[in-house]
Amino acid sequence: MSDQSVMPPVRSLGLAERIRLIWQAKAPGIGASLGAPTAAILVFLLIWHGLAPRVQTSLGELPGPAQVFGEFISLMEEHQMEREKADRFYVRQAERNAAWVAEDPTYVPVVAEWTGKPTFIDQIFTSLKTVFAGFALATIIAIPLGLLCGSSAIMQNALNPLIQTFKPVSPLAWLPIVTLIVSAMYTNNDAWLPKSFLVSAITVMLCSLWPTVINTALGVASVDRDLINVARVLQLSWTKRIRKIVLPAAMPLIFTGMRLSIGVGWMVLIAAEMLAQNPGLGKFVWDEFQNGSAQSLGRILVAVLTIGLIGFVLDRLMLSVQRLVSSGDAR
Amino acid sequence: MLNSHATGSVLRSGRRTDTARSAGSTLLIGLALVFAALMLAQGAWAASRPEKQELKIGFIKLTDCAPLIVAYENGYFEDEGLYVTLEAQANWKVLLDRVIDGSLDASHMLPGQPLGAAVGIGGNAELVAIAGMGVNTLAVTMGNSVWTQMKTNVPMEAGKPVHPIHAKALEPVVKATSASGTRFNLGMVFPTSTHNYALRYWLAAGGIHPGLYTPADANGTTDGMVQLSVTPPPQMPATLGAGTILGYSVGEPWNQQAVIKGIGVPVITAGEIWSRMPEKVLGTRREFADRYPNTVRAIVRAVIRAEQWLDADKGANRTDLARMLSRPEYVGADYNVLVGPLTGNYQYEKDDIRPAPGGNVYYSGFAGYPFYGDAIWYLTQMRRWGQIPVEQTDAWYDGIARKVYRPDIYRDAANDLIASGDMQATDLPPAESYGAPPSQFIDGNVFDPAKPNAYLESFDIGTKGQK
Repeated sequence: MSDQSVMPPVRSLGLAERIRLIWQAKAPGIGASLGAPTAAILVFLLIWHGLAPRVQTSLGELPGPAQVFGEFISLMEEHQMEREKADRFYVRQAERNAAWVAEDPTYVPVVAEWTGKPTFIDQIFTSLKTVFAGFALATIIAIPLGLLCGSSAIMQNALNPLIQTFKPVSPLAWLPIVTLIVSAMYTNNDAWLPKSFLVSAITVMLCSLWPTVINTALGVASVDRDLINVARVLQLSWTKRIRKIVLPAAMPLIFTGMRLSIGVGWMVLIAAEMLAQNPGLGKFVWDEFQNGSAQSLGRILVAVLTIGLIGFVLDRLMLSVQRLVSSGDAR
Repeated sequence: MLNSHATGSVLRSGRRTDTARSAGSTLLIGLALVFAALMLAQGAWAASRPEKQELKIGFIKLTDCAPLIVAYENGYFEDEGLYVTLEAQANWKVLLDRVIDGSLDASHMLPGQPLGAAVGIGGNAELVAIAGMGVNTLAVTMGNSVWTQMKTNVPMEAGKPVHPIHAKALEPVVKATSASGTRFNLGMVFPTSTHNYALRYWLAAGGIHPGLYTPADANGTTDGMVQLSVTPPPQMPATLGAGTILGYSVGEPWNQQAVIKGIGVPVITAGEIWSRMPEKVLGTRREFADRYPNTVRAIVRAVIRAEQWLDADKGANRTDLARMLSRPEYVGADYNVLVGPLTGNYQYEKDDIRPAPGGNVYYSGFAGYPFYGDAIWYLTQMRRWGQIPVEQTDAWYDGIARKVYRPDIYRDAANDLIASGDMQATDLPPAESYGAPPSQFIDGNVFDPAKPNAYLESFDIGTKGQK
């Protein structure tokens, strides 16, 4: 089950091959056996268990793995309780609407969403939705931009300084600008897309744009010259050339870029949510930090582990899509 | 008043119809009466129904957000047909911006926010205060090292400091710290916050100049012996712990948090500075109040009922309240931190817990009523510390207070509740009320809301007259 075994060799893509080798060098056979990772996790838990009580904070000692697991369970229970409260809320609302209509048939009943707090699970889904929205926006912009840069040396030269300047900008620098622009341009508070969602998604987009742009450009630029020449001989139209030759050849690198993008996007999102108090896991962490109760540290650690695990899953998801595309290309 | 009477009775008859129906065997004549009442009232009911039922209301994690939490948790908002989402805000600046831009329909606010917006401090906006939220909920806390030095200057009785502790005791510590070249930094929560004015009042009463705001100095540090800066309330203990500030003024439970975490000692509480410090208001945009008068009135009815519950039976509900507020989506501090100030047992030091009966009042003594006089007091403090840069006439103060404070809305809502039997008529101050009942200040000065300029003249420290 090593990374290599799943990966069929891709011919005619020297660079993609090299990139892949780099990836594998970073993760040398993690899946080689189940024993090694299990042992590493156990050692980590033991060290955590041993050291945590020695770290004293103003909120008490750092919670160990057992306490964190306990907090995880209580977060799940809270989620269940909130769902039950929501059900009762909808029953009361329906009764009230019926009574009001009975009193005045012209009354148009309001069907309000449950007004309770978002639970930990709700926050996870909010964050996931936001990151996917930002990532989708980034991809829609980045792939054409990358195609443009990769297929023309002039465009590449022209846009490169801009891309290189914007690429290293931290999300926290974009955030105030995005917030102000969205607030100014999007004034309808009752719209179905909340302002905070837009701010977070656009911030994610701005930061996760660049890996896809750069890798797409690289992928397009490194398409085999022979293939391009064949296309020329066959007098393929520009669109056909892109569709039949350039895109398939550049696909593995495009997906490498997208995989990097979603990783960056996920990290950026948590920071943006913390700073802007936008709903999601980042806000959950910040709220708990502000509460400063005895459970706060444990709950924050649950969130930290969740953020990490989701990031890991997102990365693996993109990796499998990338492989699917690469193998399709090889056939 | 006829209309308001109808509102109250119809809302209640709405609740009663279900019972009547379920009873089944109710006398025919009873049914006929209910039917007749419904027919008569239908027009009035449609006219008093809340125009907007789904609302988002903001709050800051403090004990004085309790009326909103209770109105939500006890179902008072829902009784009015209001579906309210309560949303904690990161700090007072974010909260104010979100009220102004319409992200929040209404909010727990500092009185200085709608007033400041009316006189152009930190932006211009038309906001109104429609109810009071909490009296005497703040305190001033000093870090442990400052307290140890300060304590030597405090008179003792039976091994415990005599209260109130005057800022005179702090003055030598400030001087020594400044002489050693370190700035004496203190935290408060917002430039126009109750906490800023309370801290300045206490410091100045003890001869410590807290600094003035000038057109060129928006930080308010000119001529100051100490440096005041802004930190969001829930972050105060952490900021004090990190040593960025040496003490702070903030609402509860963030002073009790400092004692229990062992990083500081509350030296003075709100009620000791001013026996009746009106701490927060329920605020909204004027445009919102004009557009949705029934909604705003319904919000105030729910909040009044919550404030009644909070002070009912000599505070019998306060332990329930502490448990409610300790939930992470509300204040989120531990129950044992919240329960002290809410039940009137205030912890000053590890071994110094004293009864503090005047703290965290929500309803008694007209605590929920937005008196013009309260607005005037805040405006005098804005002038005193230079946020209002030029002298103003007494009539000007009155004009701003009448523009921003809306006891008329509160009275309409209260009269609905009195009509429906949900409120005692004696709990509503007379219609001609201007200021709250007389109260005392730590410096012995007398505040007459009709004479703001005379009040400003009575201070040794601060701007007055044309200066």
